[in-house]
Amino acid sequence: MINHLAILPILVPVVFAALLLLPYFAVRLQARRLLSATGFVLTLLCSVLLALHVQSGTQLYLLGDWPAPFGIVLVADRLSAAFVVLSSVLMIGGWLYSCSRDDTQEPFFLALLLFLLMGVNGAFLTGDLFNLFVFFEILLISSYGLLIHGGGKNRIRAALHYVLLNLVGSALFLLALALLYSQLGSLQIADMGMRIKQLSQSQLWIVQSAAGLLLIVFGLKAAMLPFHFWLPAAYKQASPVVACVFAMMTKVGIYSLFRVFTTLFGDDAGQLAGFGQNVLMVTGLLTIAVAGALLLASADLRSIVAALVLMSAGTLLSLLGVGSIAADNALLYYTVHSTIATGAMFLLVDIISTQRGNLADRIARGRRLSNQLLTGWAFALLALAIIGMPPLSGFIGKIQLLQAVQGNPWQFVFWGMLLLGSLLVLIVLSRAGSTVFWRLLPGQSNVNALSNWQWAGLAWLLACLFGLVFAAEPLLQYFAAATSEFSAPLRQGGGD
Amino acid sequence: MELIIAAIIGLLTCCGVFLILRARTFAVMLGLTMLSYAVNLFIFVSGGLTAGAGAVLGKTETYADPLPQALVLTAIVIGFAMTAFLVVLAIRARAELGNDHVDGQQPQEPR
Repeated sequence: MINHLAILPILVPVVFAALLLLPYFAVRLQARRLLSATGFVLTLLCSVLLALHVQSGTQLYLLGDWPAPFGIVLVADRLSAAFVVLSSVLMIGGWLYSCSRDDTQEPFFLALLLFLLMGVNGAFLTGDLFNLFVFFEILLISSYGLLIHGGGKNRIRAALHYVLLNLVGSALFLLALALLYSQLGSLQIADMGMRIKQLSQSQLWIVQSAAGLLLIVFGLKAAMLPFHFWLPAAYKQASPVVACVFAMMTKVGIYSLFRVFTTLFGDDAGQLAGFGQNVLMVTGLLTIAVAGALLLASADLRSIVAALVLMSAGTLLSLLGVGSIAADNALLYYTVHSTIATGAMFLLVDIISTQRGNLADRIARGRRLSNQLLTGWAFALLALAIIGMPPLSGFIGKIQLLQAVQGNPWQFVFWGMLLLGSLLVLIVLSRAGSTVFWRLLPGQSNVNALSNWQWAGLAWLLACLFGLVFAAEPLLQYFAAATSEFSAPLRQGGGD
Repeated sequence: MELIIAAIIGLLTCCGVFLILRARTFAVMLGLTMLSYAVNLFIFVSGGLTAGAGAVLGKTETYADPLPQALVLTAIVIGFAMTAFLVVLAIRARAELGNDHVDGQQPQEPR
């Protein structure tokens, strides 16, 4: 059993998702909930077990037991295991919240969520570039379905743009794969990392152009600057649960960039060493700037959170451009923090807008919320976490970020942008919060359609944020071990 | 043979990109299909072009690289599924938005 642990985070969701497609479950809400709950909890359990298990060494899982460079491998090391745990944690928050409304409206909503989880976990665990493409497509097609969940004009329009962009992205991904295969003769990431050192001069530019294509493809997923246009619209229009779990989607792009580029273009890759780092740094910083402008221009809470997702993506991208071990550690902690925080914020915004009736999430004066105290405190806590003020995880994350770039030529630009960005977030969130919670019209909102499921989803994610603070030390150690293990030479090819 | 294949891939890509840049969903869909044909051909030849070589060992003197053939099969299947989804989405968008422009509204006539 323990040998098959590496594939379980992919296998469990897909089995449960397939079961949920059966007609039996389409008409039985309770059975559907029970089954999906089991699926999500089991996946989380397997991921946590995997994360603990890989501490004793990287696990290579050979699918079909073909020997390493020829067959498809799954690579479970600390890095991928940490991301798998993160995706399961976020999904559980979204799942709890969806029990209030979404899963009653649409029988296959939960199945789609589980398929998305499978795709995301697969993308994290795979050690093969083509398999990464396949898992990308799995998570994309589930995300297409989820994005149009609920229907409506604006949602369809946002979905159409998202789907078209990603289809072009997939075509480019395949082109890059074919180019790389023609030059390197392998698609297993670790194997490619070794072969890339033996390239002749004439092959270099082909591999470079393929790497440029990969940068575009992953950048599209991570909402890197010229390819960020889909993000604000998609996140603003998606239904709240979907927006919450989509907080993971940009991180898939970041992870792929990190995994593939660090392995292929590490320090020992000769002329290709550090490929794309400057591009990542500059576009990351510009992404932060654009996100800041979007923040200031937001007229409703959903747009604010969408801009926050973009800002964290920009921060992570520029951090990828630093390319030092300290930066990688900071990157991991901040990824975990920002994913959970923005996901929780999407849920909270929906809780607020449910209570405000027709006013929804617009930043305008309204009547007192029916559950003002609890909602207000949750907003204040999450805002503190996102801005990066103590005592929540954002503070630890931001400190790490600031320390990580010390000595880098971009140090002061990065510090300036990051701190300016945080200041903007502070201003915008305070303004939004004080308008929504304090500048009240007389009377009290009588809308009280909140269900306990909604609070449960939010509470789960908030608890995880607190967990990030209390377990900061062991987590940081885990991430440090993950990055040092990851940047050790010949990390995955050696077998175990 | 290389020249012909390269020219075909180039032509398909060219048509695909041109159609994708049209602003109507049907044209964009055709463009994406052409682009994916081009990409599939490109993957297919990424293992090198050989004539009279089978993908199964021992059947012929020389053998062709079997991996791109496996890859292209996967890519074709995924491409089909995605195109099918896109067709449904485009029809839905046409119904919801009332026109087939990718932005959901007819552009204003220049005055």
